[in-house]
Parts: sequence; C-alpha cells; structure tokens
Amino acid sequence: MSERLIELREITKSFGRVYALGGVNLHVDKGEVVGLIGDNGAGKSTLIKILAGVLRPTSGEILVRGRQVAGWNAARSREAGIETVFQDRALCVQQSIVTNIFMGREIAGLSGWVRIEEEEREARRLMSEIGFTSRVFTPNSIVGQLSGGERQGVAIARAIYKRADLIILDEPTTALSLTETDKVFHFVRQVKASGRSIIFIGHNIYHVFDVADRFVVLDRGKTVLETTRAETTSAEQLINFMQHVAHPAAAPDAGPQ
Amino acid sequence: MNDVVEPNQMQWRGETTGARALEPVHPAERPMRRFVLANRAWLGTLGVFTVMMAIFMIANPRVFSSWSLYASVLTTLPVALFLTVPLVYIVTAAEIDLSFPATMGFAAWVFALAVQAGYDPFIAIAAAIVTGMMIGFLVGSLVVYGNLSSLIATLGMNFMLRGLILIITQSKSIALASLGQTWAYTIFSSQVYGVPVQILWALGFVVVCSLLYNRHRFGIQVHVVGDNPDSANEMGVDVRRVRVKAFVFMGFGAALAGVFSTMINFTWWPTSGDGYLLPVLASVFVGGTPTWGGIGTVIGGAIGALIVSFIQTGVVGAGLSGFYVQFFNGLIIILSLIGHRWNQIRYR
Repeated sequence: MSERLIELREITKSFGRVYALGGVNLHVDKGEVVGLIGDNGAGKSTLIKILAGVLRPTSGEILVRGRQVAGWNAARSREAGIETVFQDRALCVQQSIVTNIFMGREIAGLSGWVRIEEEEREARRLMSEIGFTSRVFTPNSIVGQLSGGERQGVAIARAIYKRADLIILDEPTTALSLTETDKVFHFVRQVKASGRSIIFIGHNIYHVFDVADRFVVLDRGKTVLETTRAETTSAEQLINFMQHVAHPAAAPDAGPQ
Repeated sequence: MNDVVEPNQMQWRGETTGARALEPVHPAERPMRRFVLANRAWLGTLGVFTVMMAIFMIANPRVFSSWSLYASVLTTLPVALFLTVPLVYIVTAAEIDLSFPATMGFAAWVFALAVQAGYDPFIAIAAAIVTGMMIGFLVGSLVVYGNLSSLIATLGMNFMLRGLILIITQSKSIALASLGQTWAYTIFSSQVYGVPVQILWALGFVVVCSLLYNRHRFGIQVHVVGDNPDSANEMGVDVRRVRVKAFVFMGFGAALAGVFSTMINFTWWPTSGDGYLLPVLASVFVGGTPTWGGIGTVIGGAIGALIVSFIQTGVVGAGLSGFYVQFFNGLIIILSLIGHRWNQIRYR
C-alpha cells in the first residue's frame, strides 16, 4: 500500500446556518493525482480552503502523514508541504513577480532583512524550470502587467518553490488558452513523475479525466462518489453520474417525463 | 518578396552583430533604466521640489541664498519627517491614521512629565517611545480587531486622546528650561557647524525606514497586505498582525516627533502636534504614495515633507503676502497629484 500523505476525516463547515460541507472524507497518497469534481456550490473550494488553512473546519480532523497538526492555519499548511494555486491565483498585482513568489516566506535572516538578490536568482530559476521565460518581463516586472496565463505561471512557480509534497490546483485551466492549458497539464505530469501528489479541481471533467488517477465527486457538501481511473471507462460515465446526482429525475434511464 | 520581414528579424533589425544580438539584455535590466523604473515615484517628487525651489530662487535670489532660511526649515522639518515616514507605511497598508497628532502630544506629555520629575532625559525619551507605541497598539487593535474603518476610528481616537490631555492638564503647558544643559539636548537638538542636528537624526530615520520599507520582511508584508489582504492571508501572512504593527510603528514615529518638538521649544503645550495633521497628510500624497494602498515611497514622502515646509517660507520669502500660503499649498498638492498619475497606474 502506498504512503498516506494527507487525510481529512469527517470535515464539516457551516457558515451560520448554512452547511457548506457535511462530513467529507478525503485522502491523498504519495505520488497520486486526485481529481476533485463537483458542480458549483458542491463545496470543492471550501474543502480546499480548509486544507490550505485559510478556513477553519467547524469539525473534523486533518492528518498530515498520519499526525494531527495543532493550530492549523495557512502558514502551518505551507510548512507541512501543502501548496495551493488558488482559483483567483492569490496574487498581489501591484507587486513584482519576486515579491509574489516569496509572499509569506521571504528569504530573510533572523533580523528579518530580505535577501533580495537571492530571491531574484531563485525566481529566475523557478521561471525557467516551468518554461516560463520571456523577453517581455523580468523577475522585477509588476504582476499586473502580465497576461492571465503568465499570472498563472507566477502562482505555479510559487507553489513549486519549496518542492511541496502536495500541490492543490483549484480550477487551474479556467480562462486559459489551449497552449496555456497544455502547459498546466505538462506541469501536472512533471510533478507526478517526481513522486509528489496533486489535487486537481475542475469544472471541466474532460480536463480532470485526462490527468487524475482517482476521482472524488462532491455534491452539496458530501462525497457522492470515489472511484479510480481503472474503474472508470470514460469521462462520459462520470458526467452521466454527476447529472444523475444533480437531477435524479432527468437521468438517461429515467425516461422522458 | 523583399519587403516581408520575419517578426523576429524586425525586432533585431536595429542591432548590428555580436554577442548582444544573441544574448539581449532586457531593457528594464539596464542599470540606469532599472534605477529609474524602481524609483520613479520619488524621482518625480524630487522634480517637483527642484522646479519649486528654482522658481523661489528666481523670485528672490537674496533671501534664498541666505543660510538662516534653510537652518530654520531644517530645525522644524525633522518633526514632520518623523510623522510622514511612518504614515507612508500606514497608507501602503491601505489604512489611514488621523490620531497621530494626539499620540504625538501624549507621548511628548509623558516626556515632559518625566523630565519635570527629575528623570534623565534619555529615560524620559524611552518612556515617551513606549507610550507612543502603546497608543499605536491600542489604536491599531481597535481598528483591526474591532473591524472598524480606520478613517473614522482614528479620527475619534484623535479627539479622545486630545480631550484626555486637556481634561487632565486643564490645558496648562509645561516649561522645561533645564533641558538645555543636558547631554540629551546636545545630542538631539544642538547644532554642528551651523547645521541643526535634528535633521541628521531625521535623515538617518528616513534612510533606515526606506530600507525597512523595501528590503525588510515587515516592509514587504506591509506592501502585500495593502495590495491584496485576501491573497496575503491565503499565503500565510498574518494580515491583522501586520496592520497592528504598522500602527505601532506610527506611534513610534509620533513619539519621536513629540520629543523633538518639545526639545526645540523647551516647552510642552497641550496642543502639541495639532498643527501637523494636514501638512503631514499632504506630504505623504504629494510625495507620491497613492491613496489605495499596496505601493508607496518613503523617500518621496520625505521630499513631500520638504516641499510642504518650504512652501510657507518660500511664498513669504518670494515677496508675496502670507495670505498666499494656503493657495500655493493647495496648488502644489493638486499639481503633484496630476504629476504622479504617470507612475501610479493602478493594476487590478
């Protein structure tokens, strides 16, 4: 059996009286790509924000390598080796690429003075590592001047800087061109080949189907299906299942009304 | 066809031969260009200052070539600098602080009381700084943890603290004649070769704060928090803590300003600090820090303070009546805002 990296147990999250998550279990093993799918409002982003430490779960446990981490927050989550590329990319658009890559973990000594030159060098290295070089910008360019795909590149460069064990990609292909989408897929395969894990979230089931080893389908805050790539014949099967969950009466075999 | 040019060739047509064409240096990486790009905000402010001084000098060369005019500005300017520079941090963090005049008065009051009670001025300065930082912490916590609008909350705090001073002191000032014979006075408030020593301390403060702003974790986090607090939070930056720290820093600067202004005058007045609210606010924005947070310039703010304090002397020195001062104050503010539009593109 492969090594268990992250385990979420019975996670619930309520905003006031509204339950966004009602007891979700999710685990990620080492070196696997988990595709997290579900309709709008299914709770995907809430679940991811809990895993990234941005939101606190109302109840439930988060285990990293079998151990519970005290005082789970965004900084702890990153220390535990979890990096997230958020749907909105979480960039500061008036700051330079360097500042964005090292946001929240500047390279600095004990006195807090930042080693600007070292950060710049690292930023250059990261950008070339993910094939993100250009004549148009430098590490000191302002992120607000970049295109959507280039901004996604900055967010990804930030996520791979510390060789995180788990990279969460929340809707990474939304609003990207075809070539940019290809770059993201290439990146996912690269990460997987290096033995690290990914949670890939997407509306587009074809995209998720292409890259994931295991699929977890969320609906209205609950896990409704968990299946491996081997057990699934096609993306259509997943889509049918999701339509069935969403509108049981309109499922193909329920017949016309 | 001869007139069809590949895009790539087009780009490099101007280049001759050699290594440069193979390994092109990005224009923004050339040292001069890079310096101008990184510092364009305060360079613009410096331009405004230069033009303004040139006009004053042409208007009245005699007055503006006498050292006494500069000496008087350099004596009072430090107080404004100790207030302007921390306020740049606050504005960069997308907050505002209108309570610094009262904080300054309060800290200076503690300083005056301690000196009056016979303590060494150094101890009195330490007490003032601690007081200023504590008030900053109080104001910051109120704004940040109380989730209040900093504009209104700090305005309220300004009135409240000032009111407290007036109630307790019954609006009586404190004279500190003995201050002149102390070591602290020699170090912080005397003259070296005709240069007021305050300006040297203030310049040191500006330089250190500028480095802190651009090259220290605190400064960088102030930038990201003001730029996009949600993103900073998602990346593990403790947004609220950074904001409170900025207010504490403001309290620190206000305390220094209070101590220096009391030392210059040998007297503490219950209104100490009141006159600084609007000039200091103007200095920050004239200096090139935009109102929306995320970016700013400490050096620009310092030059802004220089501009604001020279307007008054300059207008009178140029032979106009004192009635013109306010008009030119406003004119300079508006002109610099228009001028800063080119370096303050707001990316979203």
